[in-house]
Amino acid sequence: MTFPQLRERIWSVYVPAGLDLRRQSLQDFDYERPQTLAEALALLRGGDARVLAGGTDLIAQMREGRRSVGCLVDIKGVGELTGIATTAEGGVAIGAAASAATVSRSSPIAANYPAVAQSARLIGGVQVQNRASLGGNICNAAPSADAVPALICHAAVAHIAGPAGTRQLPLEELFVGPGKTTIEPSELLVSIVLPPPPAPSAVAYLRFTPRREMDIAIAGAGTYIRLDRQGVIAEARVALASVGPTPMRAPLAEQRLVGERPTRALLEEVGRCAAQDARPITDTRGSGDYRRSLVAVLTMRALADCCAQLGIDVEAPSK
Amino acid sequence: MKTLITCTVNGEERTALADTRDTLLELLRDRLGLTGTKEGCGNGNCGTCTVLVDGAAVCACLMLAQEAPGHDILTIEGLATGDALHPIQQAIVATGATQCGFCTPGIVLSAKALLDVNALPTDAEIRHAIAGNLCRCTGYGKVVEAIQSAAAALGGR
Ligand SMILES: Cc1cc2nc3c(=O)[nH]c(=O)nc-3n(C[C@H](O)[C@H](O)[C@H](O)COP(=O)(O)OP(=O)(O)OC[C@H]3O[C@@H](n4cnc5c(N)ncnc54)[C@H](O)[C@@H]3O)c2cc1C
Ligand code: FES
Ligand code: FES
Repeated sequence: MTFPQLRERIWSVYVPAGLDLRRQSLQDFDYERPQTLAEALALLRGGDARVLAGGTDLIAQMREGRRSVGCLVDIKGVGELTGIATTAEGGVAIGAAASAATVSRSSPIAANYPAVAQSARLIGGVQVQNRASLGGNICNAAPSADAVPALICHAAVAHIAGPAGTRQLPLEELFVGPGKTTIEPSELLVSIVLPPPPAPSAVAYLRFTPRREMDIAIAGAGTYIRLDRQGVIAEARVALASVGPTPMRAPLAEQRLVGERPTRALLEEVGRCAAQDARPITDTRGSGDYRRSLVAVLTMRALADCCAQLGIDVEAPSK
Repeated sequence: MKTLITCTVNGEERTALADTRDTLLELLRDRLGLTGTKEGCGNGNCGTCTVLVDGAAVCACLMLAQEAPGHDILTIEGLATGDALHPIQQAIVATGATQCGFCTPGIVLSAKALLDVNALPTDAEIRHAIAGNLCRCTGYGKVVEAIQSAAAALGGR
């Protein structure tokens, strides 16, 4: 007798007929696996439907009863959503459903967007990275989403498809609040497109977690700088995680960087600007003040990392 | 609702009558009787439910049974050949890298996924590979040691 047969036998003796005591951890839902984007969009038009990518956020949320879903539309069967392609401009289009493991191993990403590969490797452990997608990380819209700051630093553009056609917007404009984006239930995120990184420029993302792996960032900071021919910062982006209702840019920090040469003193000051930009809450993982202090240090270190990538010694006396 | 699910488990094509809501973990444990895969947290944090899907370690508690068709699933039951334990299992036993054993199936499969692509891992690479597997008993030192000795036994060095 196999185990299920044995169990059925025991159940039939002890459990009154018709009473199913087996705990079903999820509520009932339909499951669809479309093969094309058009099919996926048609399924999403049916009201109570929700996109399933890696399920590492969604299935846990459904089990906790935080989400009820009529129909799960598994988008992993749609080729254009799972691939990573180079674009005509020399950038890269990351399919929204490509797994973090796929992203971190992709050669165009490793070559031109190493901070994106590193960020993908921060999401959970190996088991989570094999399933979790960058699109899910974005659409789940946690302020702590680790893939987002490096993508914002690379000027990522979200490509969204819906019943009315497609639209594009800068990634940071997608976020409305914790768990909320401008993506409608009838729409889906198709890809995240990164322009080719201008030279010389660099991006870095650092987060602080109490545990080295498998933890949620108490604060995170991504930084991007581009230098002009004189070695002066011509363009800068600073994107913060876990210190506001959404992933956010840090305008004071960015303004302070442009037009300057990177020195230790400048990076420290920019860190303090980023702490001023931050809008952190106090919760069980950290107080607002603690998060601001973390932002100052993480921003400074991420900038120092960018400088190191560009071969700049920030300790050298400025000319 | 009930549905028939067919997928490859431990090299054999298996068909089970499952609930449409079943996770892969529920399919394996409750429908196929493969109780070597454990449920700890049910939300991706503990790794006791780790199985290999097409060679990659995943949490069976975060995957739907309905996603399984077309995939090749390896559970801890599929590792030994008859009574002969897999070298990773032998190393866990020989090193004493298990106490209550609840985490062990998951750790063994995470180790297999690692050694399949990296025959000579560093301690840091091993610790990264098992970061998603919690063990409340052994403290990881012996687990890392066991995976190193399994790598050696498998011919990595
Ligand atoms: C143990 C564990 C550790 C984790 N650690 C981290 C961590 O360190 N850092 C971190 O940032 N996150 C972490 N996460 C959270 C999670 O893994 C990530 O947010 C992941 O990237 C989500 O991707 P997914 O493909 O699994 O999304 P899913 O769960 O499939 O989807 C998430 C949400 O986005 C929607 N969605 C997904 N794709 C699309 C799309 N293309 N278009 C429209 N909507 C879409 C879904 O409907 C759902 O609401 C962790 C999760 C677990 C379980
Ligand atoms: S039961 Fe799946 S990770 Fe804990
Ligand atoms: S041996 Fe007990 S949890 Fe690992």
